[in-house]
Amino acid sequence: MRPLIEPILLAVALTNFAVLGTSRMTACVRMLAMQGALLGVLSIAVERPLSVHSIALGAGTVAVKALGLPWFLRWAMREAAVRREVEPVIGYMASLLLGALVVGVSFAVASRLPGMVPGQGGSAPGGLLVPIALATLLSGLLVLITRSKAITQVVGYLMLENGIYLFGLTLVGRISFLVEIGVLLDVFVAVFIMGIVVFHINREFDSISAENLVELREA
Amino acid sequence: MLALLLLLLSAGGAALAFALTKPGPRLLVLGVVSVAHLSIVGVLWRGPSASALNGWLAVDSLGLVILTLVSVLFAAVVTYAVGFLREESPRGGRWFAGCLLGFLAATTLVCVSQHLALLWVGMETTTLTIAPLVYHRHDRRSLEAVWKYLMLSSLGIAFALLAVFLVATAQPVSSGSRPLMFHDLLTNARQLDRQWLRAAYVFALTGFGTKMGLAPLHSWKPDTYGEAPSLVSALMSGALTSCAFLGLARFTAIVFAAGLDDFARPLLIAFGLVSLVVATAFIIGQSDLKRLLAYSSVEHMGLLVLGLGIGGAGAFGSILHVLNNGVAKGMLFLTTGNMVLATGSSAAADLRGLLRARPVSAALLLVGLFAVTGSPPFGLFVSEFAIVSGAVREHHVWVAVALLTLLSVIFVGIGGMLLGVVFGARTAGVDENPERESAWLVAGPLALAAIVLVLGVYIPGPLRLTLADAARLLGGSAP
Repeated sequence: MRPLIEPILLAVALTNFAVLGTSRMTACVRMLAMQGALLGVLSIAVERPLSVHSIALGAGTVAVKALGLPWFLRWAMREAAVRREVEPVIGYMASLLLGALVVGVSFAVASRLPGMVPGQGGSAPGGLLVPIALATLLSGLLVLITRSKAITQVVGYLMLENGIYLFGLTLVGRISFLVEIGVLLDVFVAVFIMGIVVFHINREFDSISAENLVELREA
Repeated sequence: MLALLLLLLSAGGAALAFALTKPGPRLLVLGVVSVAHLSIVGVLWRGPSASALNGWLAVDSLGLVILTLVSVLFAAVVTYAVGFLREESPRGGRWFAGCLLGFLAATTLVCVSQHLALLWVGMETTTLTIAPLVYHRHDRRSLEAVWKYLMLSSLGIAFALLAVFLVATAQPVSSGSRPLMFHDLLTNARQLDRQWLRAAYVFALTGFGTKMGLAPLHSWKPDTYGEAPSLVSALMSGALTSCAFLGLARFTAIVFAAGLDDFARPLLIAFGLVSLVVATAFIIGQSDLKRLLAYSSVEHMGLLVLGLGIGGAGAFGSILHVLNNGVAKGMLFLTTGNMVLATGSSAAADLRGLLRARPVSAALLLVGLFAVTGSPPFGLFVSEFAIVSGAVREHHVWVAVALLTLLSVIFVGIGGMLLGVVFGARTAGVDENPERESAWLVAGPLALAAIVLVLGVYIPGPLRLTLADAARLLGGSAP
């Protein structure tokens, strides 16, 4: 399984760019689902002797990040009749350029980090994993900041969470299975609640833009 | 084992409250769970109890202090809720009780978990259980508040998760210490990779700092506390932020034990001072009582990390201050809730002349004013004094001077508004005739006021020992 790791990581990086560059909400969510699926496969691939634990974690990841959450986001979009454009604060070209910059920065930072401590299940998958994890995290932050729609901000949050999840994969076998499932579950519920709030925002304001949320401020 | 029992009790109560369809039995579940929780915590004070789940759950001195605070506050909030749900429309009853108990379970988990990732799971769950409660009123303003709160604290808590992973990375595999167990990390702290640990601490400070509401990560706080029902604000400012502080304190203890004092202390002191300055700026000229209290919470969170950063007697003061601040904030928010129930507003201009309309609440507000600004004989005076004297003794004289200046400005700011509310001329909104206040609505804040007064006069022996032990964990000492 190990030769699979690097191509999968590159594919994850490509999905980051796809989310940054696309103008359609549905494509955004589809790319996010793809990223989730890649993460699921990756969490099985990083552990050399295939174990029940890693397969269960991979299956859980696919179920939550590739099927459950994207399905729920699509539901919220359909029910709230969200318009299909992403409506970024900055242009798509600028987003992509910033995305490229983010990748550069991530590789620069990762090369300066101290070496990974080898994991228990063999040597830790160093190389691309840490820089791509950082790039995914920062791309998520970028989406969160530069998109005005509440639902796109949820997409950004999920990408950021995916980045942290990728980083967590360097620790496979060292963090207990129960904790990993707890983390997955928490993220699932968080996005579930965010989706419901998005739904309410749209009903209340007839628009899903978080820019309407400016009533509360210092007088 | 008692730790596990506490968890099962509150989580089971939450599930039961969701399942029950009638409001009466739901309130009964709330009351029973709260009393049982409080009594088990009482038993925990009698001596150390065995750890559960392979040492993942255990109650140490630091956890016990926060756990007690959470339990006491929750009991006060539950008695208050009985009166509150009578006056407020009973909308969202099942969610209300279920989320309150879920919040109790989540905060309990934060207090008793000895595994950093498990602590994270509890911390994230507090956000998720409190969010529906913030949205209790179902209007545009509370919607905006809950959205800001969800996004900002999810972001913060995501950084905290990264911090947990970074600590695991810093931990050598061969050392024989179990991954992410607090005690093992502490005893083998010198073997941790310092560079990874530094990175972890920066993220932990950002993440838990967001949950605590340290400036400049506090922007959710005034909006959320302002819009949430007062008893929810009481739980957030008293229990939730204290749990976030506990998370930060655990990371800080590890970093100190690893010998990274010189790296962590200046960061903590800077965060503390910035929070105090920002809070002072927004307290002066504030027009809304709940938002004023929110900025006061920013101030006190700043004091907590400042005490931690100073060390020595400051660390002791800091832990005592968690207790004092939590109780005082809970009391003030519940009292404010009474006034909001009377007038339907929390703007200071609408609340003037309260002494005649609601005498008990007005008296409580006056007590709260002196308590929260750290005047003697209240507990906050003792803990703030410990932090200031710690600053002087640890050679941070300029920090002590800045601290005293800011605290006196804050006293004037808070005093100006609260005295106006209590003694000011009556406005049209307030009923002239004194109204009999429901015992349910004043019992909680009265009890909390008594506690904060007692803590100012006399700290019981076992409490002092526990506080000193917790302070030692954080590189400090009892004064």
